[in-house]
Amino acid sequence: MISLSKDTIKIKSEQDMVLFRQRLREYAQKIGMSVVNQTKLITASSELARNILAYAGEGKATIEVVSERLQTGIKVIFEDSGPGIADVNKAMQDGFSTGKSLGLGLPGAKRLVNFFDVQSKVGHGTTVTIIRWKR
Amino acid sequence: MDRIPILKMGAFLLVTIQVDMYDRLALNLENDLVQMVQKHESKGVLIDISAVSIVDSFMGRIIGNIATMSKILDAETVVVGMQPAVAITLVELGLPLTGVHTALNVEKGMALLHVKIREANSDIDEQGADWENNDQLE
Repeated sequence: MISLSKDTIKIKSEQDMVLFRQRLREYAQKIGMSVVNQTKLITASSELARNILAYAGEGKATIEVVSERLQTGIKVIFEDSGPGIADVNKAMQDGFSTGKSLGLGLPGAKRLVNFFDVQSKVGHGTTVTIIRWKR
Repeated sequence: MDRIPILKMGAFLLVTIQVDMYDRLALNLENDLVQMVQKHESKGVLIDISAVSIVDSFMGRIIGNIATMSKILDAETVVVGMQPAVAITLVELGLPLTGVHTALNVEKGMALLHVKIREANSDIDEQGADWENNDQLE
C-alpha cells in the first residue's frame, strides 16, 4: 500500500470534530470519492472521533490517501492513550456500551468501511484503523 | 453560533439546520425545542435537515429524543429533506430513528403534520360525541 499524502488532526474538543470532518471531506472530494462513500467514511470517522472524546478525553486522527493495486482510498488512524478496551470482542457487539451511548459506535463504524482494525491495551490506549475505497 | 433558530408558524415550530452540528449545538436545540413546544402549546415540530451531510449515532439519538419528548408534550415531529446518502448510511449504521415521522420535503412535511393533527382532533371529537351520547342515555 502506497501512502500519497498525510495529515494529522488533534481531537480534543467538539469543535475539533467539526474541523476534522471538514478536512476529511476535502480529502475524499479530492480523490473523487462518491457522495455515498464520503458520507459513510465521515459518519464512521465521526463515531470513532467521538469515542476518543468520550473515553480517552483526547487523541489524534491521521488522514491518509492510500493506493493499492488499482484502488485509491482514504485511511484514517485514530489514536488515544486512554484507558483502553478490556474486551474488544464485546465492544464490537451491537448495543454494547460502557458509556451512555447506544453502543453503535464501533460495530456501526465497521459496517460503513472496507477495512476496520482495533488494537487496544488496557491502561495504554486504543488505535483504530479504517479504510474506505473510492468505489 | 451556539443556537439554531426556531421559527413559530401557527401551531407548528420550524427548524432548519444549516450548519454542521456539534454536540453542544444539538443538545441546545433539543432543550430549546422542548421548551418552545410547551411555551407555545405547539402541535407539531418540523425539522429540515436538507443541508445536513452527516448524521451519526449521536445526532440520530438527539433527533429521536426530540420526537419522544415532543410526543409526551402532545406534539408530532416530522424530519424532512434527508439526503439519500444520509439515509443509506443511517441504515447501515443500524440506527432505527423510532417514533420519528419523515417526509421528502418541507411541503410534504407540513401536509403530514396537518394530517396528524386532524387525526388527533377527530379522535377527541369522537370520544366527545360518545360522552354526549352517554349523557343522553342517562
